[in-house]
Amino acid sequence: MEGALVEGQWPEWFVASRQRGWTDFQQLPAPVPKDEKWRFSNVKALDLDTFRYPVAVADAAALVGRSTGLGESAARFVFGNNRLLAATAPAAELLKAGLVVMSLEEAASQHTDLVEKHFMAQEVKLGSAKYAALHRSGPVNGVFVRVPENLEVAQPIEIFHWVEGENSAVFPHTLVVCERHSKATVVDCFRSSDDEPAFACGVNDLVVEEGAKLNYVAVQQWSLATTAFHLNSTTVGRDAACLGMQVNLGGKFVRGESYSRMVAEGARSDMLSVNIAGGEQMIDQRTFQDHAKPRATSDLLYQNALTGKGRTVFSGVIRVEPGAHKTDAYQKVRNIVLSDDAEANSMPGLEIEADDVRCTHGATTSQVDDRELFYLLARGIHPEAAQQLLVMGFFNTVLDRLPDARLRGPLEGLVAARLRAALRA
Amino acid sequence: MKHLKIDNLHVSIGDREILRGLSLDLPTGQVHAIMGPNGSGKSTLAKVIAGHPDYTVTSGDILFDGESILAMEPDARARKGIFLAFQYPSEIPGVTIANFLRAALQARLPDGEELEATEYYAKLYEKMDLLEMPRTFTSRAVNEGFSGGEKKRCEILQMAMLRPTFALLDETDSGLDIDALKIVSHGVNSLRGPETGMLVITHYQRLLNYIVPDYVHVMVNGRIVESGTKELALKLEAEGYDWATEPEAEAVGA
Repeated sequence: MEGALVEGQWPEWFVASRQRGWTDFQQLPAPVPKDEKWRFSNVKALDLDTFRYPVAVADAAALVGRSTGLGESAARFVFGNNRLLAATAPAAELLKAGLVVMSLEEAASQHTDLVEKHFMAQEVKLGSAKYAALHRSGPVNGVFVRVPENLEVAQPIEIFHWVEGENSAVFPHTLVVCERHSKATVVDCFRSSDDEPAFACGVNDLVVEEGAKLNYVAVQQWSLATTAFHLNSTTVGRDAACLGMQVNLGGKFVRGESYSRMVAEGARSDMLSVNIAGGEQMIDQRTFQDHAKPRATSDLLYQNALTGKGRTVFSGVIRVEPGAHKTDAYQKVRNIVLSDDAEANSMPGLEIEADDVRCTHGATTSQVDDRELFYLLARGIHPEAAQQLLVMGFFNTVLDRLPDARLRGPLEGLVAARLRAALRA
Repeated sequence: MKHLKIDNLHVSIGDREILRGLSLDLPTGQVHAIMGPNGSGKSTLAKVIAGHPDYTVTSGDILFDGESILAMEPDARARKGIFLAFQYPSEIPGVTIANFLRAALQARLPDGEELEATEYYAKLYEKMDLLEMPRTFTSRAVNEGFSGGEKKRCEILQMAMLRPTFALLDETDSGLDIDALKIVSHGVNSLRGPETGMLVITHYQRLLNYIVPDYVHVMVNGRIVESGTKELALKLEAEGYDWATEPEAEAVGA
């Protein structure tokens, strides 16, 4: 990839940050297979030479029309090939109450203090610092959300990022700041408008301040030829709660890194993920539950279904820093392997430097249970439908954790459709 | 009238022969009970009819209205009209009873036809009322965390929704207290009729006080050794199975 030619009006600080990003990207070494943070991964997938900063999408109106997500929304932003295609602003009373939902480009000038403070403020610790630098250097676009103190936004804020054209590269970014005692739901939908190979390098930063509550759902449906990075970081304050759900349905090689730092007592982080790796897909996920202060809770549940030659990697760390007593941390990854050629790798881990903590972790890998399958067959359900039902049941234990029932049905529909296709392939 | 005919059936699991030349004729409109001691092969018979893959039929046949079903997959047998109420129903995590039964009914519709949701729920609620099951049951995962009684009621609910031609009830009374036994029996009795044949497999005579059979068969060592009317069950209750095992001993000694 070459340095970006960037359209639009960006403030000086942002341009400087972009230049630093490019320098860092060039200087940082590319990962090698022996690197522990890339164990079981496929670093050969990271040859980015063919990818280009893309021209505008051919038919913006058509993509906007196809941007139907998980239901009603409080605000809706649609991007295609890094450009803003359409924006539905929040209702007047929400704007009046101080809710900010705007493109990152606009926010970089209008809310400089907040954006500059939080934009990629977390160190990327899980292996992809080089690609975070690339993100920073690229034609980043996306949405900045600020939910002001005490405001509850009932409907989800929905963001769509489309990629179009062979070897197009996109750089979606979502920055959410939930101020004290506020509440919001943000949904990112990542989609391809065609089946072409593409490159996506996305970052989202979620900041949840004291007593606030944020639900974040990312539904990744890139084409099955796409290489994608999704680097997430979450900062959870005192008595605040963040629930993040990563749903990976598309992509050829997908690297997800989720870092959640509990920076004050009573913080809670739910880290959830539903992944389907079929055909030649590889979904490589690294997570970090960072307990910096006492009495915080983190609960991670990642579930993978593998078909064809699908591969998954899960590597997770629970870290309890010195003094973070009464930490309550869970980490569980469950794989269901539906073909002989699929491969699931799980590496759970603990680093505990405090006393009086409760940490549990575990990983399971199994096939569809023969007894359960026979039970369904004995009711006349066809074998393909029975398998679909059992695997959806497996995923439902994650989807059930979504607190917003309105998102649940449409999301389950998307997962079921991808599973059906993966099982047939 | 249709018949489920078991004809000189020999069945093995691995090297072990469990059914050794079992014959039985179950017509619709009748309830037959099979009684026998543990290990006599009662449950095997039920599972083999349903098409369980662990068992191998080495000879003999199972005929559904004159047509052999041995080559049919379990799901095809079920759609044809065979229903097995399991002794130990599986827990299906994350799959609600409503979705499970909907899939089972959908499987019976021609391609492209969709189950009508309003009618489905009306029927489901009617059957649940019959079995004294609260409406909240529909959104619970199948059998997950159910008590013994709830599991068996759930089996009968499925039978009521799927309306099989031949129902095989495998130890439906096990794990039930007297109240649950009455509810389950009431559910089963409500499904009796000229269109349905039932095979009630039980170790104890107690169930047959509530589901009164037309015929009783005694099964020992993989064979039916005695058949009779419901009074035979009372004899078994009074005298145990010892008398019935004697012909087997003689046969071995001969």
